[in-house]
Amino acid sequence: MSGEIFFAAAGMGPKARGQALVAKDGFSARYDLDRVRGVFSRSDHKLAGESYVGRVLVLDAAKGGVATAWMLHEMTARGIVPAALVLNAVNPIMVQGAALADFCMISGFDFDITQAIPNGALVEVDPTGEQPFIRVTRSSA
Amino acid sequence: MKLTDEEQALRAGEFGRAAQWAIEHQIKVGRYLGARDFVAVSQAHVMADTESLGLAGIEWLERVARLPAHERRVRIPTITDPRGTDFAAAHRLKQQPWMVDLERRAIAALEALGVLMTNTCINYQTIMPPVLGEHVAYGDTGVVIYCNSVCGARSNFEGGPSALAAALTARTPRYGYHLAERRQATLVVNVGFTPRELNEWGALGGIVGRLAGDYWQVPALVGIERVPTSDEMKHFGAALASYGSVALFHMAGITPEARRLDEVLAPGRSVRSHDVGEADIRAFQESYAAAIESVDVVVFSAPQLSLVEMAQAADMLAGRRAKIPVLVVTSPQVKGDADRMGLTARIEEAGGTVLAGMCFYQSYAREMAEANGWRRLATNSAKLVNILGGYGYRPALMSMPACIDTACNGGRIVP
Repeated sequence: MSGEIFFAAAGMGPKARGQALVAKDGFSARYDLDRVRGVFSRSDHKLAGESYVGRVLVLDAAKGGVATAWMLHEMTARGIVPAALVLNAVNPIMVQGAALADFCMISGFDFDITQAIPNGALVEVDPTGEQPFIRVTRSSA
Repeated sequence: MKLTDEEQALRAGEFGRAAQWAIEHQIKVGRYLGARDFVAVSQAHVMADTESLGLAGIEWLERVARLPAHERRVRIPTITDPRGTDFAAAHRLKQQPWMVDLERRAIAALEALGVLMTNTCINYQTIMPPVLGEHVAYGDTGVVIYCNSVCGARSNFEGGPSALAAALTARTPRYGYHLAERRQATLVVNVGFTPRELNEWGALGGIVGRLAGDYWQVPALVGIERVPTSDEMKHFGAALASYGSVALFHMAGITPEARRLDEVLAPGRSVRSHDVGEADIRAFQESYAAAIESVDVVVFSAPQLSLVEMAQAADMLAGRRAKIPVLVVTSPQVKGDADRMGLTARIEEAGGTVLAGMCFYQSYAREMAEANGWRRLATNSAKLVNILGGYGYRPALMSMPACIDTACNGGRIVP
């Protein structure tokens, strides 16, 4: 598994690396997070109670409303923020938020990325090239 | 992206530094989402509540506001989504002085850009609804889905930074729901029960939102037996957008782009279909209300109430007394009429609190819960129910009459 690379359709922001936090669930900064404590707070989210700080979040789809467009910027300014977002499907809000915050995000795979990346694996995310990708550098931390 | 001469001038800074930032931001977004060029927009609607902005966002806005006047002004009519407080009621909500201070700073910065502080998420009911085919840059998912679906306007979800960018450049990247081909249905939902109460319309929206799954899905509903009212469309759309991140729906025979179902089905393309009935709507509501015997607060908000909803709340409270807080949240435009017509006085004489220009979930809901001891909440808004779980509330979805009965019953829910 280590060294395996998965290409995305689009990417934005700087390179990032960290431990993957993976779930077949959605992402919305307002709906799902306690942004003060840096944990998933929606009780029925599959990552409820988990800290997202410094983690590479590998999730299914962007959810919820428009607030994430500002919140990614606010979270980045305080340093209580994921290292990167890797999503099967984005909505425009995630893209707009990543653009304002200069945040690492890639999305769009020909398969379910949440099934491809092991939870807890060390990964690097590179959105800067023609073909943005996520690479597993070690299968478990 | 292909840029016109004007767009290249914007990029070169000939229209000032704010517009230069804006077009660069829009190019980043447009490239990511596959836009080939820009489309002119006639209005912008900016979501910029201070809970979302945070101190970093407010300082960012203030930097733009300090630019010379000719460099910072919006170029098209630009209005705002609800704010994070009603200054007249902040102390009653136990909001902290720092929250109110942040609000004042954000308002001052937005006003310096020429933004009209309408503070509403029901601009399509109160300000200037867009018309069929009009390209706009709207924030607030409920605003976008209503205007796309019911009015036939063309907008993507434009978060605060991007709506502001559109206001500064008078255009937005042409992707998603600005394109006719993206507006075709991707799933058909056969509805076997036409809702009656607003909470039922919200529940239907929530169910369809879950079925749809993501932003790029466009549900077409079949089987709605009468033309819904504006308030019913509002609650249905707001919930659909909230649960599914959906920005456009069609109702066969009702909404303007789907006079017949085949008008929104691409020829030769098969789409998935689902059936939704009364039992599904009941189960959806019971999934929230189950195991909640009493609540601490009743909230009517998300979306803000129309004048008609304000009158309904006043009528239902007539001659009664709420024994727990009842928050009735509307727009500044409706509040003026509600005051003039005596609706505000009637609601408050019965123990309710009318709030204007804010929305409950955009107003530091977590901090309000802690300060007021609010843990369990009743509402007729499916959108609010969906959001507040993440803020630590246990919400129950009920009709407006049932919510008011509960409030007058000291918070105990009558089965």
